Amino acid sequence: MNELLAALGKDLLLQWRTRTQAVAVFVFGAAALLLFSFASGPTAELLRRQAAGFLWLGLMLCSTLALADSFQSESEQRAMEALLLLPASARALYYGKAIANWVQLTLLGVALVPLMVVLYDAGTRRVVPLLGVIMLGSAGLSAPGTLYAGMTAQMRARQTLLPLLLFPLVVPVLLSSVKATSLILTGDPMGQARSWTTLLAAFDAIYWSLCGLVFPKVVEE
Amino acid sequence: MPQGVAVETVGLGRRFGRRWALAEVTLSIPRGLRVMLTGRNGSGKTTLLRVVSSVLSPDRGTVRVCGRDVVKEREDVRHDIALLGHASGHYEALTALQNLQVAARFLGQDASRPALLERLAAYGLAARADDAVSTFSAGMRKRLALARTMMQPAAVVLLDEPYGELDVDGFALVDGLLERMRAEGRTVLMSTHLLERGRELCDHAVALEGGRLTWAGPAEDMPLPSSWSERQRGAA
Repeated sequence: MNELLAALGKDLLLQWRTRTQAVAVFVFGAAALLLFSFASGPTAELLRRQAAGFLWLGLMLCSTLALADSFQSESEQRAMEALLLLPASARALYYGKAIANWVQLTLLGVALVPLMVVLYDAGTRRVVPLLGVIMLGSAGLSAPGTLYAGMTAQMRARQTLLPLLLFPLVVPVLLSSVKATSLILTGDPMGQARSWTTLLAAFDAIYWSLCGLVFPKVVEE
Repeated sequence: MPQGVAVETVGLGRRFGRRWALAEVTLSIPRGLRVMLTGRNGSGKTTLLRVVSSVLSPDRGTVRVCGRDVVKEREDVRHDIALLGHASGHYEALTALQNLQVAARFLGQDASRPALLERLAAYGLAARADDAVSTFSAGMRKRLALARTMMQPAAVVLLDEPYGELDVDGFALVDGLLERMRAEGRTVLMSTHLLERGRELCDHAVALEGGRLTWAGPAEDMPLPSSWSERQRGAA
């Protein structure tokens, strides 16, 4: 537990010290949302119906940048290798980084919501359920994303490989997040949001368990 | 494995692609000795240190540190070794103090500012404690890497060219650390190109050429590089 806290503290500190990169990722997400609205056309009803999908597509695209950045500092001076030799537990390093990435993606998702409201006229008063879905969806992106970012950190084609590996794996998370968010935004007369949220939580549990088991194999030679 | 052996390699081989960086390296380093590892650029010194440290796995042969196999007992071996590598192992965005704080927290040591400032002062970095490592010169990075390596209470310390990038004061700093480690009974395996200095400071010497062990014995008896070449030509 001490190692996990040390790893989490280290990653949150790194994120704070490199916060300008997070701002750049947010601007990228905002630009994506804006372009999606142009591509979709001016019909207000259509925009509103597609808002949830565009929000999650924007967040997923942002996540590849944020996740790749999170391993940049680990690989440039072999810092993670130095920690492993202290010795630090690879599993603690993984969960520390995955939690820090989760926090970052959640904040990013929350920051994109006002843009979504303005651009797609998709406001809601159900703020707490929406925050819950963003947290669950971000968790589903950060667990496998941290694993794959670790795998590809040393590779030359990492910018291409990370989305290629990550996107197929997170399709269930994307579908569940979009459906749950859409039901929150457009109304949920049949009470389906709970089912989608439960499915999302189940995928999160699977990803967070399995990726933590696999990560030590990934970082060791 | 004898009780008094700190590092033992038997038939060690390690390759990158088709090229064998290490081949049939068999050596035994008793506990408490300071051993100089030398050889030309590309002779396999760094690879040997990285295999002994458990960062790289051997493709052939076995490596044991303090009686433990570096592949099968990797986690345990890592409690016994500390590695100063070519890469500094720091987070460039963090300050010198924050980098040591990260290491101290993982090691369960005192991570308070006064304790770490004292440590940084010993390595001549107290005045730059709150500066990001990205603003440091190569010599300052090496000093910080030495400070972090010495935080580990390891029985075997692996130093890959510890004098590299350092100034005259830095040389004296490393000399002092080697003396301190001798007093503490720690085993040191140090790669260096500073042969005269190494002969003065180390008990034993090991020379590699083309990934193969070409010479091992008391440091003071170690021949100069030209002699190794003659020896090799003679052997051929």
